[in-house]
Amino acid sequence: MLKDQDRIFTNLYGMYQSTLEGARTRGHWDKTADLIKKGRDWIIQEIKESGLRGRGGAGFPTGLKWSFMPKESDGRPSYLVVNADESEPGTCKDREIMRHEPHTLIEGCLLASFAMNAHTCYIYIRGEYIREREVLQRAIDEAYFARLLGKNAADSGWDFDLFLHHGAGAYICGEETALLESLEGKKGMPRMKPPFPAGAGLYGCPTTVNNVESIAVVPTILRRGADWFAGFGRPNNTGTKLFAISGHVNNPCVVEESMSIPFDELIEKHCGGIRGGWDNLKAVIPGGASVPCVRGEHMMNAIMDFDYLRNELGSGLGTAAVIVMDQSTDIIKAIWRLSKFYKHESCGQCTPCREGTGWMMRVMERLVLGQAEDREIDMLFEVTKQVEGHTICALGDAAAWPIQGLIRNFRDEIEDRIKNKDVRPAWAAVAAE
Amino acid sequence: MLRRLHSEQPESFTFTPQNQAWAEAQLTKFPENRAASAIIPLLWRAQEQEGWLTKPAIEYVADMLDIAYIRALEVASFYFMFQLQPVGSVAHVQVCGTTTCMISGADDLITVCKAKIASWPHKISSDGKFSWEEVECLGSCANAPMVQIGKDYFEDLTPERLMDVLQKLENGEGVTPGPQNGRFSCEPGSGLTSLKDFGAASSSCNASVQLALDHADTTKRIDGSEVPLVTPWRDREIENLQSVTGSTDTVKIEKDNGAETIEI
Repeated sequence: MLKDQDRIFTNLYGMYQSTLEGARTRGHWDKTADLIKKGRDWIIQEIKESGLRGRGGAGFPTGLKWSFMPKESDGRPSYLVVNADESEPGTCKDREIMRHEPHTLIEGCLLASFAMNAHTCYIYIRGEYIREREVLQRAIDEAYFARLLGKNAADSGWDFDLFLHHGAGAYICGEETALLESLEGKKGMPRMKPPFPAGAGLYGCPTTVNNVESIAVVPTILRRGADWFAGFGRPNNTGTKLFAISGHVNNPCVVEESMSIPFDELIEKHCGGIRGGWDNLKAVIPGGASVPCVRGEHMMNAIMDFDYLRNELGSGLGTAAVIVMDQSTDIIKAIWRLSKFYKHESCGQCTPCREGTGWMMRVMERLVLGQAEDREIDMLFEVTKQVEGHTICALGDAAAWPIQGLIRNFRDEIEDRIKNKDVRPAWAAVAAE
Repeated sequence: MLRRLHSEQPESFTFTPQNQAWAEAQLTKFPENRAASAIIPLLWRAQEQEGWLTKPAIEYVADMLDIAYIRALEVASFYFMFQLQPVGSVAHVQVCGTTTCMISGADDLITVCKAKIASWPHKISSDGKFSWEEVECLGSCANAPMVQIGKDYFEDLTPERLMDVLQKLENGEGVTPGPQNGRFSCEPGSGLTSLKDFGAASSSCNASVQLALDHADTTKRIDGSEVPLVTPWRDREIENLQSVTGSTDTVKIEKDNGAETIEI
């Protein structure tokens, strides 16, 4: 288990002051200028060597992403945009950073922006997080007043402005180009790529979009060294990670743990075990709604990192939002609810997604009620394959994968339900005579 | 999902003077000629002021940002937090119904809403005080099931607790948001399993709840007077920061004229 002194988010639960003074006593904003004076190449190199992979779900190496930004400006400004539109069902980790460790994030914004030659950074927080927005804005104001932001931020010689902006309830704005559209004041409809944001992003300028957690861990990595961070987890899956465990465990929680922690250890140590014991475990969605679910028995020996979950279980770590379901769960209905979610959140731009999410939801509805025929299971699987990969953004894929996971793992249950629906109830037989 | 303007609209809309000042300050966050970027915060403040988003409000904001009405309307209809029809005068209850909350008992919360408020989402209760809807994941899954009422999250709910909260709101009594089962925030309910070595807690409740208690504006119609307008990025430009004195939790700023002191 990760030791407390190796935890980055030491005020994760908000039991201590989230003010600047509180953050300073926890080691944040300590000689930030010295880190900046080491230069942007040093920062990017450290982040690369730390092995930090993006914490927003895709797991793209953060240092590499930063290195795509132009070294010299061609006259256009560069922007860092922090994706705080945490909307992936099951995910509730960035919220804790923003309300309880806001200064870690703010300091990370300064360091990351400097590394990418950006004088301006926008944090785009989801609209529903109203109090979190107020807490974060208060922390930003505090940092301005303490001259940690603004001209010559933190005495580093770098001029830096940090603005907080918000959405209004659209999951799709968590997709980076949709987020940029929304930040420009439009409907959040994803853009075609290329051009990638590093070439033409916000207002047509070079932009990098990073998840809150990816940015908030940066100051500590730079302070304690890439080796320290890389010392946790397996190669290519390094560092510490916030896990959000919800659903049928005895004690749902958000906790910072080492990457590659075994699933059973995570659940036993922090969540007090599965509700009703391990035999009662039915299924787990290990990384937020858009990764396929996994049968409980396969999760028992699972290792919680990007590579294991993808290669061994055909799922993914995603945002490390672990949704646990016990035997009492109607798994078909649980996945139907996700289909309903994607249908609700499809932006409507691409036909396969706009029409497909609604179609898939309706067929899922029939499966829940058992009012389908066996062949419809294959038909549904086939349609998910038609949606997957045929849309501008990954929402189509995200809508397809949970259903594919359900059919792959729980086909027997779907078939049982259809079969049992066919058995004529006793009263019907009597009536027919 | 079909989202249209409501059939009955008020005659006009204007921001209160303080909301107007707040709205104008938001525009300074963006580069020149990019005022349109501020549309969501402005529409949101209009909704906070009126309770729902009216056609005159959408047009007012469009005029402020110098964009076509249709551009503002398509933003208003795209984002689900904008209520395009009137809501309950006291509160609009948003029940999270996505998978984690669903398997943790959100259906029971919806049953409470149906019994207490109205049988259909978006329908206003007979006394005009409440309305409800089921919304998609609100990002508080470790505290499922939960609802959002006004600015705040009510987490770790049971049907009884929700009924109690609604009753208090109906009576005009104060409510305390956050976890409703005694939890602090998102730590394990049985007690800390990590971060135990840092001594006793120095906050009495988590940061969201603290702000809600400080501002007492959970279901208030926002007129801009709740908190002082603070725009340090702008103040820096006009170089009117004269002295910065940082005490423990409070930072005080004295402006040039000495007339205004802001505490945050």
